[in-house]
Amino acid sequence: MSKDMMAGFELLQPDTLEGAIDLLGQYGDEGWALAGGNDSFDWFKDRVKRPRYVVDLTGLSELKGIRETEGGGIEIGALTTLSEIETNTLVQNRFGVLAEAARRVASPQIRNTGTLGGNLAQDARCWYYRYGVDCYRAGGDTCYADSPEGQNREHCLWGADRCVAVSPSDTAPALVALDATMVIAGPGGERVVPAEEFFIGPEIDIERMTVLERGDVLTAVRIPGDWAGATFYFEKVADRNTWDFALVNIASAMVVEGGNISRIRMAAGAVQCVPRRLSVVEQVVTGQPKSEATATLAGQSSIRGATALNYNHFKIPLLQNLVTRAIRDA
Amino acid sequence: MTDQDSKSWPEPRMDHGPLSELADARASRRQFIKGVIASGAVASSAGFMYGCSREEIAATGGGVETMLRLNVNGQMRTVDVLPNETLAMTLRYKLNLTGTKLGCDRGECGACTVLIDDVSTYSCSTLTHQVRARAITTIEGVEGADGTLHPVQQAMIDELGPQCGFCTPGQIMTAVALLRSNPNPTRDEARLALSGNLCRCGAYDHYLNSVMRAAEMA
Repeated sequence: MSKDMMAGFELLQPDTLEGAIDLLGQYGDEGWALAGGNDSFDWFKDRVKRPRYVVDLTGLSELKGIRETEGGGIEIGALTTLSEIETNTLVQNRFGVLAEAARRVASPQIRNTGTLGGNLAQDARCWYYRYGVDCYRAGGDTCYADSPEGQNREHCLWGADRCVAVSPSDTAPALVALDATMVIAGPGGERVVPAEEFFIGPEIDIERMTVLERGDVLTAVRIPGDWAGATFYFEKVADRNTWDFALVNIASAMVVEGGNISRIRMAAGAVQCVPRRLSVVEQVVTGQPKSEATATLAGQSSIRGATALNYNHFKIPLLQNLVTRAIRDA
Repeated sequence: MTDQDSKSWPEPRMDHGPLSELADARASRRQFIKGVIASGAVASSAGFMYGCSREEIAATGGGVETMLRLNVNGQMRTVDVLPNETLAMTLRYKLNLTGTKLGCDRGECGACTVLIDDVSTYSCSTLTHQVRARAITTIEGVEGADGTLHPVQQAMIDELGPQCGFCTPGQIMTAVALLRSNPNPTRDEARLALSGNLCRCGAYDHYLNSVMRAAEMA
């Protein structure tokens, strides 16, 4: 019966951000920041991670809500739920790619409690890592997925470096495409980090997926007005149309003038440990007509340098086709 | 001594153990409970869930129970809740509301779906302490006060929604939430809304028929 419950912990429920940061700083490695819980409870129920002090952030109403900012942008509190983002008219009208991405996360009930911050800061979903084995990401000295027999169909095409897990988030590539910035509060104060720099790969720190360190709290995501109302494309391919993490997803923001692509930002998820900014594609298509030929060329250029593992070769033509669609069908 | 203090129902039979002396004293129910608490012999309800004693639970680091007043199906229920207790556990094992099912306990099946302030939520993936100020609705609270079935429940009967019935409470709660926010969904909207509820029997089409019928009826 005892396996049915998470290991015991003390639950702290601060009602101010300052209080939350104090508590997280106080408890250090024994603490854990909890939002919706859709990532955390999996760890706790399997008893792989057993923090003694869990700091519940869901009472911090100052971190919820979507508000307009200067220059046509918006700021989204990190504790805003994915459902709220999906249905928000500001987001839908100006930054539809994010609404579409939020809509594709997991299942409706998970979106109802899952937060944007949680979706961005979520941990890798490599099943070996989640099982609790002593791999590099867990502080050990091996990688089970990147091995001859390892079941790595969901793992990366680029950036393998002692870890081949991928960025599982759907909102992350959308926010990279929108040139968003992340606002982080920590013991040293507040800092703002561009989306592309927010996510880190194993070559920087194999034990973290983002720049957030113990004691930091992601408080908001700011989206500039630069891409408001642009031509957007989002597609997520997964084993099922619900629940499953992406096998590959793509997000792009494109401005088309006179039939030509004048500027574009595009990112793919689940092909690397971070959302992969497709700079080569952007360079190839900028100034070109939005056409079948351009789309084909874009697809071909997107997969350069991809290195398949034993079971994820399918991701290469999959990414190629998604990029083609993102240019042609947007 | 008030009326409530005089014995008007049989005392529980306890033939041995630390409680038997207190029971034998033929104390009133209220005095009995006070005595039990004072003697420290009370078994924490979490002992059932943990399979160990209150002392062992506290020793695991902060497993201290807190008395909460929860708004469940319109009633205020007082219940002792551990910090790491999920809402599903509280509903099923402390409030005896076993209509809410545990299918996976991982937020991957939907059998545990309840409404929190009319929003469908996996109760296995919510700490009870996180929702103590909210209105919780379970499958037991969906029918009318006089026992009339909710249109969704009636439609499930009419359209033969369930097969084995295990996923049914979750499906109904999701459908109820859907119809509260979107009383006239298209079949595709209903499909999307119910995409967080698995059915191992594969009765999905039947459930969709039920939801569409309920929308018509209501």
